[in-house]
Amino acid sequence: MSTLGTIARRGFLIGSAAVLGGAVFGVYTYRRPHPNPLLDDLPEGANAITPYVRIDARGVTIIAPRAEMGQGIHTTLAALVAEELDVAWEAIRVEHGPPGAAYYNRALLQEGVPFSTLNRGFIAEGMRGTMGVLAKFIGIQGTGGSSSVPDAFDKMRTAGAAARFALVAAASERLGLPASALDTADGAVVAADGRRLAYTELAAAAARIPLPDEPPLKPRERWRYLGRDMPRVDMVGKCTGTETFGIDVRQPDMVFATVRMNPAIGAALKHFDATAAKAMRGVLQVVALPGGVGVIADNTWRAFQAAQAVQCEWAEPVHAATTAAFFDAIVASFDDAHQDSRIRDDGDVVGALAAGPVLEAEYRVPFLAHATMEPMNAVAWLRDDRLDIWTGTQTPTAARDQAAVLAGLDAARVFVHVQPMGGGFGRRAESDYVLQAVRLASAMKGRPVKLTWSREEDMTQDPYRPAAVARLRGSTGAGTVQALDVRVASPSVLESQGGRLGLSVPGPDKLIAEGTYDQPYAIPHYRATGYRTPALLPIGSWRSVGNSCNGFFMESFIDELAAQAGSDPMTLRLSLIDHAPSRRVLAAVSEMSGWGRPLEKGRGRGVAFHLSFGVPTAEVVEVTMTKDGIRIDEVFVAADVGTALDPRNIEAQLQSGVVFGLSAAMYGEITFAQGAVEQRNLHQYQTLRIGQTPRIRVAVLEGGGRIRGVGEPGTPPAAPALANAIFAATGQRIRELPLSKRIGFV
Amino acid sequence: MKLTVNGQTHTLDIEPEMPLLWVLRDELNLPGTKYGCGLAVCGACTVQVDGVPLRSCVMPVGAVTGAVTTIEGLGTPASPSVVQAAWIEHQVAQCGYCQSGQIMSAAALLQQNPAPTDADIDAAMSGNLCRCGAYPRIRAAIHAAARRLQGAPA
Repeated sequence: MSTLGTIARRGFLIGSAAVLGGAVFGVYTYRRPHPNPLLDDLPEGANAITPYVRIDARGVTIIAPRAEMGQGIHTTLAALVAEELDVAWEAIRVEHGPPGAAYYNRALLQEGVPFSTLNRGFIAEGMRGTMGVLAKFIGIQGTGGSSSVPDAFDKMRTAGAAARFALVAAASERLGLPASALDTADGAVVAADGRRLAYTELAAAAARIPLPDEPPLKPRERWRYLGRDMPRVDMVGKCTGTETFGIDVRQPDMVFATVRMNPAIGAALKHFDATAAKAMRGVLQVVALPGGVGVIADNTWRAFQAAQAVQCEWAEPVHAATTAAFFDAIVASFDDAHQDSRIRDDGDVVGALAAGPVLEAEYRVPFLAHATMEPMNAVAWLRDDRLDIWTGTQTPTAARDQAAVLAGLDAARVFVHVQPMGGGFGRRAESDYVLQAVRLASAMKGRPVKLTWSREEDMTQDPYRPAAVARLRGSTGAGTVQALDVRVASPSVLESQGGRLGLSVPGPDKLIAEGTYDQPYAIPHYRATGYRTPALLPIGSWRSVGNSCNGFFMESFIDELAAQAGSDPMTLRLSLIDHAPSRRVLAAVSEMSGWGRPLEKGRGRGVAFHLSFGVPTAEVVEVTMTKDGIRIDEVFVAADVGTALDPRNIEAQLQSGVVFGLSAAMYGEITFAQGAVEQRNLHQYQTLRIGQTPRIRVAVLEGGGRIRGVGEPGTPPAAPALANAIFAATGQRIRELPLSKRIGFV
Repeated sequence: MKLTVNGQTHTLDIEPEMPLLWVLRDELNLPGTKYGCGLAVCGACTVQVDGVPLRSCVMPVGAVTGAVTTIEGLGTPASPSVVQAAWIEHQVAQCGYCQSGQIMSAAALLQQNPAPTDADIDAAMSGNLCRCGAYPRIRAAIHAAARRLQGAPA
């Protein structure tokens, strides 16, 4: 079968990854390399030796083609190149660079296969290989799935080494010395006789030298940037107010805009009267958009004010009108007709459960907003022959291609300038705000338009993390878990997100069940089933995606089973897990937290373990029941990332994942009435504040397995570890999030 | 209308009810002060007026009577203030969007209270949200800046 045929046949296996990228199906053969996107727009005097290294008279610029949304990825990617290229850290500049198929993300797609990340068997690896080909074939450039580091680890070190090879070869020609007689140091080639040629002098000649496919890479013992705490390249800008986020972009003669959409997501605008709005100071235009209006003015606040002054007649909601109706739909999908996947079915669950006393529980989690600190925004500037877009996006190629269609331009005439993001968490894998900005720019052709969403729009027009319901059954014996049957029902993120990209993805959505079937528990009778609720309203990827729900379901229920078995929850997990790195992270948090040490009355300790994105992660939460409610005293985290490239940044990411997970567990909830979201601003969608944030101690382990990313794995265990701690402190088992519906927090 | 920002006085023809935030960002092109909520619940827009921290997103510019200091006026990349230097030293920022506001609140706290306890920090900084959860490092950086301001080596 042809490659294309194989890809089409395997198409149903695409997981979370595929929907982030977009469909740029061309007629590439796999072996043909993607063109170097830097060559399209190379400034005078600059040379691009690989798609990741550009050198001009000012020095070396490293292209870090992944979304910097706080996770520190630009620093780590730059370190991969700088390590091999041999340049001084202080001397480099780092840019996101242009969108380009060359920047495809292989790891993002590869981990979309419906296997445990621990499964290295023939079939799982074969499918990952296929996905790697597919990733290159469709040229997906996307940031998500904690995939940036695993994708880049070899690729960007190789890019640095290849560029260094070319620079040395150029110096060899220039000096008439063999390459073996030359070395490099801090951005220059040096000869034994002391002669020194800066990379800037050699770049033009180096750009003409054919690059080796597999240049040798430094052994770890010789690393000077990798494996160390590097100063982040964006730190000074972010601490001095000089970083330019998308919302800060300013272009000459720019105008300022906002939008106001039908509060019932996806429903139409029937009619509007802009008479009053147009009479307001500074208002330039009021434009009808699909589902709402856009207001263009000479100042953002004036646009905000005028948007509220537009008289809008909204069409009726197209989705269910209430939270209860959404949950009814989810609960109604627990049947054979809606069964979507059963990726794990070990032993004989039905038989085992028929034999003994069965523990049974239903769990629920709500819809959640992303609530990035920076509300959605984009600057678009449409001129006769080109469209420029400045925005924060996790999917630049998809944004470019969709904008091109909307503007009626060739994609090659759409230039997306990716800005640093004030948070992403999956929200910026969407292009809705980008396309709105393009529509507004069409109305103001020739002038740049900055679209800024109000917080209210941002909160109420989000592709939310879907609600989910789990029904779990289990039995215990001999002090351990004998059988586990986990069933999860939820609408499909893959279907929703893919649909917005024009992709119809047949087959199961592993995201519904991820985190249930792939945990390293050696339970003799273990079955995991996903049920797909028919689409409710637009939903999207939210930090750790399905794991954000399923980690809570699984790890709370394992705790329940431990209690039923009369076993210590830590001991039980350690004995059930058949994966050494996973046991080691549990042992680490056990030791850090002094797990066996008794606590005073009213205090409690909870543990949770979750394997996501290939990272085994264990967390222990300690709480105290005070007269004012639960206080979180301390959190202990251990995670095994395979190889730790930047330990201090990994610590920050794990702490971040914990705070994000605790915020959602304690307070996070999006509800609906009359088809509209009821939470309109941050006071109605609480997140942790500094005084509530406990000390979070982190252990970063390096088990030597595959290198992994840590943007997400810290999040899933936080909610169950907290719920389990509350159970330990109070005896109250809470099976529905947010916990604040049942218990107060200090 | 006259408005003094970072030591420079501007004459503005502007509605007095326009929040200071949007005057800074859109009229004076000082984008370091961020828009987060428009309701004074997230703190991203925090500036100082005569040294007092204030949420600029709800402060009508016409009601501003003192001199405004924004993050751009506190220090620069070449010459960061003590608080900013502590933030850099402790690698506090992740996405960094809230950090202008965090730093303006912290600088005001330290002006008033050169040796804040954890409880003082909680009280002074509770109005500043950080979705990345950089709070542990924010706390560490404030303590470090306090030590530095009292003459100890950072």
